[in-house]
Amino acid sequence: MILNEELLAVERGEQGEAMRKVLKTLIMYGEAFGAERMVKITGKMGHAVIGTGSMTWKPVFDLMEELINGGALPRQSFTTDPRGVEPHVPMSLLDWGMFKVIFSGQERMEKEWERMGIKDKNAYTCTAYMEEVGNIPQYGDILGWAESSAVSYVNSVIGARCNRNSGILEIMSNILGYVPEFGLLTDEGRKADWIIEVKCQNMPEPQLLGSAIGFKCVEDVPYIRGLDKWLGNELTQKVKDYLKDMGAAAASNGSVGLYHVENLTPEAVNHALEDGGNSLIKEDAKVFVIDDEEIARVKASYPNPWKGRDDWDEAPELAFAGCPHFSCRQLCEWTDRLVEGLKRHGNEEVTMNTIFCAAPDVIASFNKRYPQRARRLKKIGVTVSGLCPLSYTSNPLTDNIRIITASNKLRYYSKARFYSEEELVEIITGGWNEKWR
Amino acid sequence: MIVKYKGRVVVPGDVTGSALVTHEGFNTLANLKTAGSFLNPKGVLQDMNNPELYGKKIPGKILCLPETIGSTTGGMVLYCASVMGVAPACMLFSGKADTLAVAGAVLTANWSKHPIVLVDDLGEGFLQDIKEGQRIHVKEDGTVLVEYEDLFEAAP
Repeated sequence: MILNEELLAVERGEQGEAMRKVLKTLIMYGEAFGAERMVKITGKMGHAVIGTGSMTWKPVFDLMEELINGGALPRQSFTTDPRGVEPHVPMSLLDWGMFKVIFSGQERMEKEWERMGIKDKNAYTCTAYMEEVGNIPQYGDILGWAESSAVSYVNSVIGARCNRNSGILEIMSNILGYVPEFGLLTDEGRKADWIIEVKCQNMPEPQLLGSAIGFKCVEDVPYIRGLDKWLGNELTQKVKDYLKDMGAAAASNGSVGLYHVENLTPEAVNHALEDGGNSLIKEDAKVFVIDDEEIARVKASYPNPWKGRDDWDEAPELAFAGCPHFSCRQLCEWTDRLVEGLKRHGNEEVTMNTIFCAAPDVIASFNKRYPQRARRLKKIGVTVSGLCPLSYTSNPLTDNIRIITASNKLRYYSKARFYSEEELVEIITGGWNEKWR
Repeated sequence: MIVKYKGRVVVPGDVTGSALVTHEGFNTLANLKTAGSFLNPKGVLQDMNNPELYGKKIPGKILCLPETIGSTTGGMVLYCASVMGVAPACMLFSGKADTLAVAGAVLTANWSKHPIVLVDDLGEGFLQDIKEGQRIHVKEDGTVLVEYEDLFEAAP
């Protein structure tokens, strides 16, 4: 690894032992992938993956303390993933007590993040790139972020450059101000290994399409054809939301960190050739067709997490939507969907505890800009929260709650049962019956 | 019979242990999110999407796999498992190791007392041949020795 003067000084220990070890760790990481140099982070803010003070992550908080005490602090402000639980979310006292134990490191973690320069108290979200939150990188920016869905989004929808960095390494990158140059930071690493032909009759739900892509491509880069038929050629908020959810699913079933969508995402547009081809596609790229049958096959392949339980066929008790966190537009859209569903079924309130998740800044904006919808949501019994449903389900007591979701990411990491968005709305508003079992 | 494989060393070490094998991606967070805590003190793997590994114990094992998948907490989770004594002793990859696995191993090499040895690029044949429970010796130079039971009875 070739180091510049600034990094050579760090290597000599001129900025302390903690910094020297941070550099050594990042060199070792980069060299494993053939990186020959470190490149400067150009993004204005970092993003970390740790937002819950899980007791299992005590070693991380000890390490952060070691870094802080050693004077190794981030050069930039940063946002981080959502908290695991919030006091206003409905739960029993027993559940709350267990959460206090499981997230016993929350206070310590938040104090450490403050000392390290986190943006503010509202910086806890997996969708920091939302306008209301304001951590929006520019096209071509070099980043050292973590959080699989955020990395996928900033690479694909914005055209920034970021590897799928792990938790802790994203903080270390931010501390050093440099990342090793390899993989998705290079032109070659951003080329597509797969051409995905979407040939469904109707636009597939984003989480199911992403899921199918993740299963097939695992960690490769896909170039997706056929989506612009429904999404158009402009990155409107609605389109960005679709891509956010699709990318998150592809990053949980597999580890897709970047995708290109023909005629839509910025690099795909910039590399389009006159003959209809695209210089982003590798010559030996494989082709895979995703049709309605494949989408149905993927959905049917999800294990039923309630199987084997005595109460497996009873009504769900809790529904989650907004994983990854909803945009303000999605909060409006899902409010309208629920209101229409309730009207259709002749119900006044949702039939189970229902939680919509979004960034604290997005929720504040929603409440301010759409007060009627916000009031309506409250009236029909929906809680809007900044929590992370994934972290929420790390409480083993929640294993006994029958949870439903339309999020592939949540269903993957928990015992939540997956239904399509349409089905979820039907169950939440119309209640449980034979056909959903 | 002992069969020898040679891979690329990412984190060196000399370890011996029994094989735990998956032919699908290893989702580190889904498997190890509570490992080492009172909820899962023995490091039992918890990813229901991976029937090859679900319910098995990982501490001290030689994990043989194609890649890790999922959340970018992956490397951090491996680091925590290492500090808490519930990590695999070694990870052996048939192909190139991914960023999260490498991050985890590199973090343990620099910041934990119990580094996870990582060797990759052992070849597709490695994962086809290896079976759960086989005894494996990994050397510092990336040589992997696998003890196989003889496939046939002794010839007359």
